[in-house]
Amino acid sequence: MTHLLEVCNLHKSFTLHLIDGRTITPVRDVSFSVAAGEHLLIYGRSGIGKTSILKCIYRSYLPTSGAIWFDSQQFGRIDLCRASESVILRLREREIGFCSQFLRALPRISALDTLCEPLYRQQMDRATAQAIGREWLTRLGIAPELWQASPLTFSGGEQQRINLGRAFIARPRLLLLDEPTASLDDATKQVVIGMIRAAQAEGTAIISVSHDLAALGACADRQWTFQPAR
Amino acid sequence: MTSEHWLLHVEQLTKHFGPTCPDCRRLTGPDTGRSRCPRCGTVWACVDVNVQLAAGEVLGIVGESGSGKSTLLQMIHLAIRPDSGRIWYCDDGETPRDLLALDRYEARHFRNTRLGIVYQRPELGLNMRFSVGGNVAEKLLLAEWRHFGRIRARTAELMAKTELPPERIDDEPATFSGGMLQRVQIAKALASRPALLLLDEITSGLDVSVQARVLDLLRRIQWEDGITMLLVSHDLGVVRQLARRTIVMKNGHIVEAGLTDQILEDPQHPYTQLLVSSAL
Repeated sequence: MTHLLEVCNLHKSFTLHLIDGRTITPVRDVSFSVAAGEHLLIYGRSGIGKTSILKCIYRSYLPTSGAIWFDSQQFGRIDLCRASESVILRLREREIGFCSQFLRALPRISALDTLCEPLYRQQMDRATAQAIGREWLTRLGIAPELWQASPLTFSGGEQQRINLGRAFIARPRLLLLDEPTASLDDATKQVVIGMIRAAQAEGTAIISVSHDLAALGACADRQWTFQPAR
Repeated sequence: MTSEHWLLHVEQLTKHFGPTCPDCRRLTGPDTGRSRCPRCGTVWACVDVNVQLAAGEVLGIVGESGSGKSTLLQMIHLAIRPDSGRIWYCDDGETPRDLLALDRYEARHFRNTRLGIVYQRPELGLNMRFSVGGNVAEKLLLAEWRHFGRIRARTAELMAKTELPPERIDDEPATFSGGMLQRVQIAKALASRPALLLLDEITSGLDVSVQARVLDLLRRIQWEDGITMLLVSHDLGVVRQLARRTIVMKNGHIVEAGLTDQILEDPQHPYTQLLVSSAL
């Protein structure tokens, strides 16, 4: 089986220059791989470095050592630890999506535009992008009277739905989901699980990080209980 | 950014003000926390600065006052001549040109047609004795537009784009509010359809709702026109909203460069860590 993503001996440490140059290492010697269409759930209590792994893959964090091999459509097999910033930006546009735990919405931008932004970045014309955006808003159960409002005025659950929509709408080949079901009610959790399954069926590989084993455990192909670094 | 095509490539750009001495370079820079040499008083505004800008990209430049951000911008605007280094410019499909090799006439023509600049203080970017229409027309005349009707039409178009009331086309800048003046400056900067927009602390000193309107305008320009922008700001929030890559300057040197989210979430340099932890 060929892997879409292969993480090899990943280390991530932070040097805190403002606190006597102290070093903390949340990710130590982590290796795993994910195939196209596969869903890996990384499970474990909070504060042990699960999110750091996702952020290293997305390159919001600079990995300290190791390699993250990604089988890119645009660039071939490429090490995300060493890829240039412009390559990472293009991968983020087309191939790798990330859904953070909290929506970082921009003020004054409507829910529809916030959701469609990844499509605008792909140079899709606005009318087509917004037609797709409206479908997703309906699917995510956001009431039409809210579509022109800024998500900053939304409830936590509604914000999270917009956040998830932003990650799925660009149809990436690899989706990184950080606590995707946190702050969602049971009905919406089922919608999200439906979205995950549909993306998998299209061949998208998914890595989710969660402590919500009840909701995500059932839809993951593999579960991995992450142990804190020593 | 849709291609690897770069628009601007700044190479080893250095600028100092003062007599220089043999110890200058050792006694200044981010490690010493000084830009001014304690022996001879020379100020090292930019030292070996390298920047590459992709076409359509917005690059953020952050750093404290006196870190060399504006000097860098002024050198790219061809208003301050660097001591050494190169500024390469390349329109899509053309051969790269070294802007520092242009003669005075060519440099002025380049600045008027391919560059636009917006300053923190409107009186630097605008002629305060001309009307709004006159200011936009000035830029167009410099870019060799000659037809009065076309100039007037372009001005009206730009006022609509920057949400300035069209009936105020003949009013003087002194009668406008601070936020409106920034939008007048943006209208003027965009007039000749430049390839590169240089933005120097343009929202500093504006109240938040006015600042928001200026940022909205820039975002719209970014989405609709795909203009390349160099955004100097000491406000990390502004940079986060607009720029996907950011460089951090201190005492004339680039101390860190990276994806904006990486700079903010995983800053490497002690100064960047201080900057990020100090932001509200």
